[in-house]
Amino acid sequence: MSDTKTDTAPQLIVSAAPHLKTTDSVEKIMYSVVVALLPALAGAVYYFGLQALWITGIAVVTAVATEAAIQKFRKVRITALDGSAIVTGILLAFNVPPSVPWWIPVVGTFFAIAIGKHVFGGLGLNPMNPALLGRAFLMASWPVLMTTGWSAPTGGTTSGVAAVTSATPLMAVKAAMRDLALGVNVEQSRAVVESAGTAKAYFSLFVGSVGGCIGETSALLLLVGAAYLFYKKYINYRIPLSYIGTVAILGWIFGGEGLFTGDFMFHILAGGLVLGAFFMATDMVTCPSSPLGQWIFGFGCGLLTIVIRLVGGYPEGVSYSILLMNLVTPLLDRYTKPKVFGA
Amino acid sequence: MQRTLVQEFTKGIGSENPIFRLVLGLCPTLAVTTSLLNGLGMGLAATFVLLCSNTIVALIKGIVPPKIRIPIYIVVIATFVSITEMVMAAYTPDLHKALGIFVPLIVVNCIILGRAEAFAGKNSVIRSLIDGLGMGAGFTVALCTLAAIREILGDGKLLGYPVMGQSFEPVLLMILPAGGFFVMGLLMGALKLKDLRAAARKRAQAIAET
Repeated sequence: MSDTKTDTAPQLIVSAAPHLKTTDSVEKIMYSVVVALLPALAGAVYYFGLQALWITGIAVVTAVATEAAIQKFRKVRITALDGSAIVTGILLAFNVPPSVPWWIPVVGTFFAIAIGKHVFGGLGLNPMNPALLGRAFLMASWPVLMTTGWSAPTGGTTSGVAAVTSATPLMAVKAAMRDLALGVNVEQSRAVVESAGTAKAYFSLFVGSVGGCIGETSALLLLVGAAYLFYKKYINYRIPLSYIGTVAILGWIFGGEGLFTGDFMFHILAGGLVLGAFFMATDMVTCPSSPLGQWIFGFGCGLLTIVIRLVGGYPEGVSYSILLMNLVTPLLDRYTKPKVFGA
Repeated sequence: MQRTLVQEFTKGIGSENPIFRLVLGLCPTLAVTTSLLNGLGMGLAATFVLLCSNTIVALIKGIVPPKIRIPIYIVVIATFVSITEMVMAAYTPDLHKALGIFVPLIVVNCIILGRAEAFAGKNSVIRSLIDGLGMGAGFTVALCTLAAIREILGDGKLLGYPVMGQSFEPVLLMILPAGGFFVMGLLMGALKLKDLRAAARKRAQAIAET
């Protein structure tokens, strides 16, 4: 970031090793993530109407304003436009239902930036993903608003969201599985579970025409963005692969009525797994930096997600599992540190 | 340099506040401060016990064998806690129920044992009495501050009366345990920041003078 350029160019730079320089900077990486999130945002506007754009816009503006205000208060250099606050704002908006009141993204983003990031010292020092912490705060504070604001996607209307409240696929299937286990509403519940396993249902989950949080529904558009980040080498395959792989395998083994009958495609595509695995578990600050640590991190996230989805009280567990694994990241880094070459 | 009696009282509220400065007795602090009434009740109960135990410990300090002083202090404290609990159960049953286990647990509250050990066992009766009063007041003030913030944000009420207007959606987290930690941490951080900035100003002044 801080080039030692002076007015008297060109100069000979003599410095200690390493001599390899990268052209990456916080701005470059963060704005690439913003670009990678745009397809999913476009999808959200298509499915949920301008409300999705409005919520995301509010979250981004709040994030940048909070960052600037706190940096001014802390008397440090103001870097509110380096992109990291924008990413936090977008990710937080992606994690709330489309028809929440306007102040939900404001309070959530403020909490994410102020408590999730600056209390610990700002960018790079936060132990947990700020956007997910903001979501956890919203979930604990306004559980009703955060779990009932689903609107059925209206596909193509830009006039706004149809005020239809529908459950997310994960909620519907979880309720049906519980009914099956209790032996009530058997026929209806079995129909729900079976319809979730059809090619048509997979297709809706893949393109995103289902109820859910603003940015999590469309696996396709999220993958397009993730592909861009892979191309730029800002994320690698280890965490997404081990995370999604663990969810798929455990979902297949334990997700059904008997062993090895679970619907693993459903567990991969439904809920926030794709968003979480590619964009939030891979956050450079809060995931391990050693390759083995990343494998373990992904596995832990997957294990916790499946445990919460199948036996926990919530229908979806992606955000909590990533937050919990964030907390063991320093430990993972410590025990998986590669040996120094030659030592 | 010995403190005056007034300083002996005010240190408990300010510079040696048991919660914000000494960071003692956090368990009841975080657990019962979900409403101002609970905070106030807990604060007053602890103040009463502290006042009595400090006085008695200062009175008997000459005849307590040093090796078994802690069990003796505990017996003294437990006596007053039992009195407090029975009085509360008889006259304020609702508050007694709301505070639950935390009233008997005043026995092992580290503020009370800490003052007996660190102060009353070494100082005169009148100083110990004033110290107990000051520490109790500091504890009560801290509890009430925390409880008021949490009740207003988490419930939209103060002492049970709505204060935030119709459209306010209570921040449920604030009356959950996590909210106690957040408010506590932020208040301590704010006090620390005030100290740091005051120290920085002092340093700058000293440099300017030389």
